[in-house]
Amino acid sequence: MNPAPTSPPIPASAERTPSGRYSGWRLLLEGLSGQRGWSRAWAKAQPRSRYRVLIVGGGGHGLATAYYLATEYGITDVAVLEQGPIGLGNVGRNTTIIRSNYFHPDNIRFFEYSLKLWEGLERALNFNAMVSQRGTLNLFHSEAQRDLFTRRANMMRLQGVEMEPLGAAAVKSLVPLIDLDNGRYPVLGGFLQRRGGTVRHDAVAWGYARAASQAGVDIVEHCEVTSIVRQAGRVSGVETTRGPIAADTVCLAVAGHSSRLAAMAGLTLPIESHVLQAFVSEAIKPVLDVVVTYGAGHFYVSQSDKGGLVFGGAIDGYNSYGQRGTLPAAEEVAMEAVTLMPGLARLKVLRQWGGVMDMSMDGSPIISRTPLEGLILNGGWCYGGFKAIPAGGMTTAHLIARNAPHPVAAHLDLERFAAGRIVDERGIGPFPYAH
Amino acid sequence: MLRIRCPWCGERDEIEFRYRGDASRPRPAADAGLAAFCDYVYQRDNPQGWHLEWWLHVGGCRTLLKIERHTLSHEIRWIGAAADQPPRPMEPGR
Repeated sequence: MNPAPTSPPIPASAERTPSGRYSGWRLLLEGLSGQRGWSRAWAKAQPRSRYRVLIVGGGGHGLATAYYLATEYGITDVAVLEQGPIGLGNVGRNTTIIRSNYFHPDNIRFFEYSLKLWEGLERALNFNAMVSQRGTLNLFHSEAQRDLFTRRANMMRLQGVEMEPLGAAAVKSLVPLIDLDNGRYPVLGGFLQRRGGTVRHDAVAWGYARAASQAGVDIVEHCEVTSIVRQAGRVSGVETTRGPIAADTVCLAVAGHSSRLAAMAGLTLPIESHVLQAFVSEAIKPVLDVVVTYGAGHFYVSQSDKGGLVFGGAIDGYNSYGQRGTLPAAEEVAMEAVTLMPGLARLKVLRQWGGVMDMSMDGSPIISRTPLEGLILNGGWCYGGFKAIPAGGMTTAHLIARNAPHPVAAHLDLERFAAGRIVDERGIGPFPYAH
Repeated sequence: MLRIRCPWCGERDEIEFRYRGDASRPRPAADAGLAAFCDYVYQRDNPQGWHLEWWLHVGGCRTLLKIERHTLSHEIRWIGAAADQPPRPMEPGR
């Protein structure tokens, strides 16, 4: 782990200056007055010695949890502790895809709830997160796979979520880049969820941070938690690089590192950490206006508004905390890219990076109380955490505020493993490296 | 790219091998009870540091290897057969 840099000094006046409401009208006025009226989007809080709720991790789920605690559940005595600056973890490392095309009914309900929250998010946060419902297209390459996807689409339809079957010709007209006639993996068609799409991930962190800060939440950056303090059999606070902080409830929202934080509380989790890579190509003119996922491997691609193709594949395949990624997985992704879209072979990859995932034992997330009273876990996101941020935040806030699971997230408890209620979307079994 | 020194085949690229997960949790006795088996199947220490793990040399001798590897640096410091144990006791973390 890198040592936490010390926080730069911040003038006291900047700490609680509201950034005001953003609007087109304000943009115009600021444009006329030299852009001098803007202030910090969120306050750089100094940690107090005690809070009602401490959230460890200033990523998407931590910030969203704090925001919904303050705005939906009326709990504003909340601090979000982040070891570095907010938004530099997995919330800024994913491939920005949102969708709710799952198979398991409980997962459909949870991710559909998230998609509905995405649809109203920018209005709620007063922040342009560039939510773009350009559609997500899942391709199939065999009759058996078509049947499997049809089954999934039918499961979704039973939950009231639309997924549209497309034939090969419709796929080709939607995405001319795709090579339908690949000799080994011909594209027979696809299933399109029109309400799926992409969101600008940095803006999600910033938007939630700003709205949470305006609602009274303290966002404390450069504050690393070094131990979890227990008293009389329950959690009583944390030790940090900026001193001890007491709390009634501590929530871990540190996916990728959940096991390390849980170990501070004497707990082991049904989680392994694995690295997942993502890639961005050089920017080109618009060629792809839908998110495409390949069915004959693990590959997904979309085009960002800057023009770069954003794509990724499967995890590297063995336990890793290294935020970098290895070449065999990169080679696999490149092979899948040019198999599906041969034209991509002419593109250069501009950037590549890795993020550390909590791979859970059944491939589904964990939003749960823990054996240590007062300690709440939001983690186990595998590689589906980004799309789940609004629902993850809302349901974690509900769990903290009401001490009872939110109805759409009740199936994501930790007890499910011992109780035999695992939520294994693809029937893989307890092998995190295979999810 | 990991280079893994298989005791039978010599040093090979990681793509010849298939990862098979944590090797540090011994299978409980048949009568150990539900809780012990639940821990065995689902709970993982998941250290940021030295990690004992199974690798199957699927593209070589097809032997199951036990490897001690660091999960942050990816350094491999010990490789043995399935029944072997690393020479030093496993310390948790780094």
